[in-house]
Amino acid sequence: MAGTHRHNIDSEISITYITTSRKLTAVAALGVTIGIAIYIFMNSMAAGFSRKSDASIFKNVPHIRVYKDDEISTPLSPATHSGSLPLIVNPRVIPESQKIINPDQVLALLKQQPEVVIATPQVGVDVFYNSGRTQIAGVASGVEIAEADKMFSISETIVEGSIQALKNTPNGMLVGVGVASKMSVKTGDNITITSSRNVTKVMKVVGMFKTSNSNTDKTKSYININSARQLKQESPSYVSDIDVNVKDYDHAPAYSQQLSFLTGYKAEDWKAANETLVAAGRMRTIMINFISLSILLVAGFGIYNILNMTINQKINEIAILKAMGFQGRDVVRIFVQQAMLIGGVGIIFGLLCCSTMIFFLSRVYVGGDIGYFPITYEPEMYARGILFGLIVTFFAGYFPARKAANVDPVSIFRK
Amino acid sequence: MQPEIILQADKIGKYFYDPEKFRVLNDISFQVNRGEFVTLVGKSGSGKSTLLYILSTMDTDYDGLLTIQGERITGQQQQRLAALRNEKIGFVFQFHYLLPEFSCLRNVMIPALRLGKYSRKEIEERAYAKLKMLGLEDQALKLSAKLSGGQQQRVAIARALINDPLIIMGDEPTGNLDSKNTGIVFDILKDLAHHDQQTIVAVTHDNDFAQKSDRTIELQDGQVISTRKLY
Ligand SMILES: Nc1ncnc2c1ncn2[C@@H]1O[C@H](COP(=O)(O)OP(=O)(O)OP(=O)(O)O)[C@@H](O)[C@H]1O
Ligand SMILES: [Mg+2]
Repeated sequence: MAGTHRHNIDSEISITYITTSRKLTAVAALGVTIGIAIYIFMNSMAAGFSRKSDASIFKNVPHIRVYKDDEISTPLSPATHSGSLPLIVNPRVIPESQKIINPDQVLALLKQQPEVVIATPQVGVDVFYNSGRTQIAGVASGVEIAEADKMFSISETIVEGSIQALKNTPNGMLVGVGVASKMSVKTGDNITITSSRNVTKVMKVVGMFKTSNSNTDKTKSYININSARQLKQESPSYVSDIDVNVKDYDHAPAYSQQLSFLTGYKAEDWKAANETLVAAGRMRTIMINFISLSILLVAGFGIYNILNMTINQKINEIAILKAMGFQGRDVVRIFVQQAMLIGGVGIIFGLLCCSTMIFFLSRVYVGGDIGYFPITYEPEMYARGILFGLIVTFFAGYFPARKAANVDPVSIFRK
Repeated sequence: MQPEIILQADKIGKYFYDPEKFRVLNDISFQVNRGEFVTLVGKSGSGKSTLLYILSTMDTDYDGLLTIQGERITGQQQQRLAALRNEKIGFVFQFHYLLPEFSCLRNVMIPALRLGKYSRKEIEERAYAKLKMLGLEDQALKLSAKLSGGQQQRVAIARALINDPLIIMGDEPTGNLDSKNTGIVFDILKDLAHHDQQTIVAVTHDNDFAQKSDRTIELQDGQVISTRKLY
């Protein structure tokens, strides 16, 4: 009986069709090459951009900020016992509600979490920098400078002085270059600041920093956390926020819920704190995905066209194959395989092509605080490119192949 | 000894609906025995090709009953019919329908590779033997597109024979051949029938060809007017 030997005659036919129409095959494969290269390249570029823009967010914002949310006094105090009357008051923020009551415990708890990389206390103070009669409003950020540096890479922005100097100087201060030039101070000078609690302190400028954001440079300064506590007239354990960095910042929203539950304080992740930026990033990703997928789809149409043409040319051969006992699924296999081989070759060259483009672009220096063009080989984009490439070529082959499989040999032989 | 019935048509009828409903085949009944060389004749448009496509299992849209070697064909799944054609039926048409990108040898091998009864090496040897039988051993490795019309037709016959089919069906298999080649093909078919006990059913317009066959079935306006016209 039939079928004791398995000969892969379907593949033999599809390979012969490919090798005998090299030019057509090459054109179709080239379409896929370009489609795949552009797809991976654009998406890698987008990934590089978002990483860069996330990185610039994380120069100012921690992955998660743990703080005490303002509490509003309840406007209605219901009657406590019969005979007494309910009390109505104007709702307002309860004073002293902004602090974390047991900061050391909360900090220790946060540091125990396996996904937490850094947890550091912070006291922000609204201040005026005084220079003669001019006052500049700004923010002094009271930090544990070594930890804050790990978190926000402050040392990368230092243009004069050093992080270490702040650590060694209890009333030291790192100021933004904008603040420094307005106050016309340089490293080593003294500067008087007044806090919103009306405490005035003389600080010593131990360094200057310059970020990519000139507004930050014109308002911000770093001081030791204890100076900040004094400016706020608070106890030596006072902490207003705890900044937390986690291992995977993409999962910050999930962790922030955990941390909030764990500590009982509000934990706000960077995505929630930067909704507009995050939404803009998402929009960019969607747009690039959309455009690059369209290009891939066009490449798919190239294969579709060439297969359709082949099938129309070979309709007689398909008819005789079916007459000789090839099943519909054999015919589908012949042409889908042909499409997949064309697509496969196209994909391989596409990968080479986009790797070359990424290689050269990643060595282009664009300057600013961006430095080299932010693009790297993104394994995820490669995987997605290959996957979508295969899916597109499969369907580009499948639809014409199904048409071929449904050819009625009798109608062909009658012609 | 009772002859084995290979092909049996029982009241086969068919309609065409385009441009209007008309009956092409009308209650066609006959049978063909093993080793018989039968020709189908009749005027142009009498329904010979239509009947042959039904007998070959490619056309399934008909009334009546078709049986091949005792197996009921009518109503079978396409998949089973394809397998049956692969194993039991060889086709030769007026046009050769070879795959032009393949050598003659590989063209002949295709149905056998599909069937998978023999190893590739055996198939190659068998294909070569069939080509030799048809006087084409020198052409085996040429692309089929590079051969003359008569040679191509003989390659197509070799391909029809590769699986040692039970039935060889031809629609004017010698229609494009000169008298010398027609003679060669006729002798080969006759030998297959009488020597190898293969059954031949061939449509022909060639009176001489029909006369030399074992039996002639004549159609007229979709009806059999004679099933045992013996010359
Ligand atoms: N697909 C079709 N639709 C409608 N009518 C058809 C179709 N195919 C064939 N016919 C008609 O059916 C009749 C029989 O055709 P068929 O091809 O079987 O004739 P034939 O005997 O083989 O003729 P010839 O000797 O010229 O090949 C003819 O009248 C033809 O016009
Ligand atoms: Mg005909």
